[in-house]
Amino acid sequence: MKADCKDCGAEITIPQDSMVGEIITCPDCGTDFEIISKNQDNIEIKEAESVGEDWGQ
Amino acid sequence: MIRICILFDKLRFEEKKLYSKIKEKGIDATLVDGKSLIFDTESSKRDPTFGDIVLQRVISYYRGLHLTYCLEHIGLPIVNSFSISEICGNKLITSMILKKNHVPTPKTTFAFSAESARECMKKLGYPLVVKPLIGSWGRGIYQIKDQSMADMLLETRQDNDNSFSRIYYLQELIDRPSRDIRCIVVGDEIVASVYRYSSENEWRTNVAVGGRTEEAILSPELKEVVLKASEAIGNGILGVDLMEDRVRGYLVHEVNNTVEFRGASAVCKSDIAGAMTDYLVKMCKK
Repeated sequence: MKADCKDCGAEITIPQDSMVGEIITCPDCGTDFEIISKNQDNIEIKEAESVGEDWGQ
Repeated sequence: MIRICILFDKLRFEEKKLYSKIKEKGIDATLVDGKSLIFDTESSKRDPTFGDIVLQRVISYYRGLHLTYCLEHIGLPIVNSFSISEICGNKLITSMILKKNHVPTPKTTFAFSAESARECMKKLGYPLVVKPLIGSWGRGIYQIKDQSMADMLLETRQDNDNSFSRIYYLQELIDRPSRDIRCIVVGDEIVASVYRYSSENEWRTNVAVGGRTEEAILSPELKEVVLKASEAIGNGILGVDLMEDRVRGYLVHEVNNTVEFRGASAVCKSDIAGAMTDYLVKMCKK
């Protein structure tokens, strides 16, 4: 499964077992994207939130 | 059939592991993205989205805290509770609660302006450790070795003008081996414990900054301190972090309420996600 990077246009390979909500990174420009929908043939991504100061565990 | 809702905003290894473990046990599970939720004063428990119990696994402290409040407000059982999330997400509150409950913890001083922080640091002497009140993974934690480093830090913190950088958390530097301990507590049971060794040229032990994990020996003394800390915070699903002071023994320095366990699950035989699932089922039936 593939998606196009919305920043640089590079092709991003999405692992088969990926799930909605996961973050994928463009191998060329390093931009992070969040998977927002996924079905048999289609995958939709949007730019992920940047790491917040309050992020943690 | 019980239905468990995993509330997230960024799907990590842990949320995926929990989701598959819940399903594996024949329990209904849903993954709900906290970023997509809307609440209002009329929101009610009848919304089936949230199932019978919610496991709060949101990575953003403020988002998680407020979502937890909304879910508690409509009467849903949620792990961890608002109270636990508030205590664990703020290092000042964590330190105070631990001390109040006689849990051994490093001596920590709080200052509320750059000027008073400068005075405190001079008085306390060096080295000392400065941590941000909120945040994880070792970010923003500095070992301050002298006055010039202190001045640099204060200047940087003043430039980064957010409300929390005006509050200073100053901690004694603990004389310890190059490791700390992470114990994962579920209810009143310790399900995994690991040493986290710092990598070369790094004093912080966080896995996020290259620390490596190894299964830890759970001595009766360690068990006692960990369970005491968990009880002080309020018992739930917690990650209790400790240091081994060469003189005073175990000191609890942090408790995490959305604990990550990728490092621990790689080296521990115990079924961490399974224990968490069983606890949620038990809480649901209460």
